[in-house]
Amino acid sequence: MASVAPPARSPFAKVSRDIIGALWEPDWRYHVMMVALLAILGWAGFAWIYQIKVGMGAAGINHPVMWGVYITNFVFWVGIAHSGTLISAILYLLRSGWRTTINRAAEAMTIFAVMTAGLFPIIHLGRIWYFYFLAPYPNQRLLWPNFRSPLIWDFFAISTYFTISLLFWYSGLIPDVAAIRDKMKGLTGRAARLKEKIYGALALGWQGSDRQWKNYRRAYLYMAAIATPLVLSVHSVVSWDFAMAITPGWHSTIFAPYFVAGAIFSGIAMVITLSVPFRWALGLEDYINEYHYDNMGKLLLLTSLIVGYAYVTEYFMAWFSGDAMEWESFRWRALGAYAGPFVIMFICNVLIPLLCFWRKIRRSIKAMFVISIFVNIGMWYERFVIIVSALAHEYEPGAWGLYKPSWVELSITLGSFAWFLFWFMLFAKVLPAISITEVKESIAEGVWSPGDKKEDS
Amino acid sequence: MGLAATGRRVELVSLQGSHDDHDREIAEVISLDVAAEAEEHAREEMELHPEALVHASEDADPKSPYRWGMAVDLSSCTGCSACVTACYAENNIPVVGEEFCSQGREMAWLRIGTYYEHAIEEGANGHGDTHGDDPGSDSFHVVHLPMMCQQCGNAPCEPVCPVYATYHNPEGLNVQIYNRCVGTRYCSNNCPYKARRFEWFDYEFPFPLNLQLNPDVTVREKGVMEKCTFCVQRVAAAKNTAAYEYRAVVDGEVTPACAQTCPAEAIVFGNLRDPNSRVSQWAKSGRSYHVLGELNTRPAITYLKEVARGTEET
Repeated sequence: MASVAPPARSPFAKVSRDIIGALWEPDWRYHVMMVALLAILGWAGFAWIYQIKVGMGAAGINHPVMWGVYITNFVFWVGIAHSGTLISAILYLLRSGWRTTINRAAEAMTIFAVMTAGLFPIIHLGRIWYFYFLAPYPNQRLLWPNFRSPLIWDFFAISTYFTISLLFWYSGLIPDVAAIRDKMKGLTGRAARLKEKIYGALALGWQGSDRQWKNYRRAYLYMAAIATPLVLSVHSVVSWDFAMAITPGWHSTIFAPYFVAGAIFSGIAMVITLSVPFRWALGLEDYINEYHYDNMGKLLLLTSLIVGYAYVTEYFMAWFSGDAMEWESFRWRALGAYAGPFVIMFICNVLIPLLCFWRKIRRSIKAMFVISIFVNIGMWYERFVIIVSALAHEYEPGAWGLYKPSWVELSITLGSFAWFLFWFMLFAKVLPAISITEVKESIAEGVWSPGDKKEDS
Repeated sequence: MGLAATGRRVELVSLQGSHDDHDREIAEVISLDVAAEAEEHAREEMELHPEALVHASEDADPKSPYRWGMAVDLSSCTGCSACVTACYAENNIPVVGEEFCSQGREMAWLRIGTYYEHAIEEGANGHGDTHGDDPGSDSFHVVHLPMMCQQCGNAPCEPVCPVYATYHNPEGLNVQIYNRCVGTRYCSNNCPYKARRFEWFDYEFPFPLNLQLNPDVTVREKGVMEKCTFCVQRVAAAKNTAAYEYRAVVDGEVTPACAQTCPAEAIVFGNLRDPNSRVSQWAKSGRSYHVLGELNTRPAITYLKEVARGTEET
C-alpha cells in the first residue's frame, strides 16, 4: 500500500513502513497457495468424515499398536508449539536482544501448532461424538473424568498453555495493532474505515500514554513469568502419557526432560523452516538475518545435544536396569521392523545438527533451512519410533504385531500441515509479523537495528 | 492325482506374533519330579500360612462375599480351541474373517497362545540361547496357553482411562462400561496381556448368525473397547437365583462359557474368597503361577504349569 508508507525520515519510520507495509495486498502466488492449502484441508476433512462413518478401522492402527500416527502428530505439534513461548517468554526474561524480530511469528506459530495438536486427541477417539465425556463439567450422569488418567492432565495442560500463549501474544500485539489503526485514520475509503474499526477494537483503546506504557510493560513482564513454567510443564505432561504407562520403552523417568528438550528442539527447527520463506515473501530480510540464524543455530545445537544425550541415556538405563523386557524393547527399536525410522531419527536429530558447531554454517541461511527441515523430519520420526515400536513389541510375545499407517491417517497428517500453514499465512497478512514496538525499542536503546548482521559478534 | 504350481501367492495369516516366550515365564513347564516336590511344599505352606496363598482374593470390596477367579491347568489344555468358539457364541463377538485377522483385528476375547518351550534338560544350564526354536529336538515341547483378561487386582488398564469406562467392581472384576467408553484405547496400550479388543468397525451378524445372538450380552458399537468379562451375565444370573433363595452363590453354580465347553476340564471358575472352592484349591497347587506376575498386576487367573517328562524345572 504505497499510499500508506510515509517517507523514510528516520529508522523508526522505516520500521513502521516496512512492517505495516508487508500487510495486505498479497499477489497471485499467495492466493494460489491458500487455495492449494484449502484443497488439501478439504481432502483431509473427507478422510476424517470417512473415518467417523466407518470406524477407527479406517486407520491402520490395530491390536497391539492402538496408537499410531495420530498420537505421533499430536506430540509433534505440541512440540512445535514450544519454541514460541521459549523465545518470547524465557528469552524475554533473559533479556536476549535477538528475539525481538522473531518472537511475534514464533508465538503465532505456537498458537497455530496448539490448535493443530488439539485436534488429534479428538480425531483419534473411537467414539468422537462423545468427546465431551473428557471434559470436567457438571452433568446428569454425576460423573467426573478420571483425574488419575494422564489424558485428563493433558486436557488441562494443553488448554492452559493455549490460553496463556494466546493472551501473551495478544498483549504483545496491542501497541502494534494501535499503530495500524492510526495508519488507517490517515486513509480514505470504506475499506480503511472498516479496518480502522476492526484494528481499533483489537487495540482496546490504546493511546500510548505514559501510564499505559508503564502498565503494559509490567503486564508483559508478568505474563512472561507466568508463561515460563508452562514451557516445562506442558511437554512434561504430554510425556507422562507414555511414562505413566507400564509399557516397556515408555515407562521411564527420563521422559519429561527428554521430551521438553525435544519439543524446544523441534520448535526452533520449525521457526527456522518457516522464517526463511516468510522473510523473503514479506521483504523482511533486514529484520531477520544471519545474526538471528546464528543464535537460533546455537539453540538448535544445544537442544540437539540434550536430545542425543537422552537417546544414549535411555539405552544405558535399559541395559543397566537388567530388565530383560525393557532391554528387548530397546534392542528391537534399533534393530527390529522399525529400524528404518530409528536410523532416520538418529541421523536427523543427532548427527546433522552437529553441523551447527561451525559458525559459517550457522550464518548460512540456506544451510540452516536445510538442517531445520531434517530436524523436523527427524523429530516426527522420533515420536513415531517411541510410540509404535514400544507398542508393537510389548510384554506378551504372542501379541506382538506391526503397524502401517493407512491412507486416512496419512491424509489427515498432511491436512494438519495444511491447517497449520493456512493459519500462519493468514496471520502473515493481517497482523504485524514482527513486533514494531520491540524493534523500535532496540533501535532506541542502540542494541540492534534492522540490517545489522553483527558480523563481529 | 498330482500337484502343480498355480503361481498364486497367498499370505498365511498368523494370529500370534511370536511362538517363543523369550524366557518371560509366560508359558511354563515343570518336570514330574519337581511338580511332585512342589505339591508337597505347597501343602506344607498351606498348613503353615493358610491365609497367604490366595493373594488375589484380597482385591475386592472387603464386604463382598465374592472375588471371582479362574484357574487354568496347562497340563490338561490340548489347544483344541473349543473355549474360543464358545466365547464367541456366548458374548456376541463378531467373526471378522481372514483379512481383518491378518491386519491384527481379530476380536476373540479368549485366544490360545502356542509356545514352543525349550527342552527341559537344557533349561538348567541354558539361558537365552536355548529358546525352543528347534522343533527337531527330542526334548522340544509345545505349551498351549489360553489368554484372556486376567481381571487383575491391581489392573494397569484402570487408572489410565480418562472417563472411568473401565473400573474395578466390588467383586474384583475389571468391568468395561461400553456406554461410557470414548475409545482412547489407552487401556489396551497399558495391558501387559494384550487382552483387550477394540471395535474397529460396526460389525454385522448376517443371517443366520443374528438368530444366535445372546440376548443377555450387549452388541457393542464401533469405537468401543471390550474384553473378557468372566461371563459376567452368568455371574449376575446366578446371584439373582441365589438371592431369591436367600443364600450365597455356591461353588460350581457359575460356569463361564469357556469352562463349560472345555472337553478336558482345564478351566475352573469360582469364588476365591471361598477357601474350599475348586478354583481356590487349584490356585493353591504347587504348579500355580501368574503370567507376568512380577508386574504386580495380581491377576485373578492362576495358571498351573504343564507337566512334562524330564528331570529339571525350566
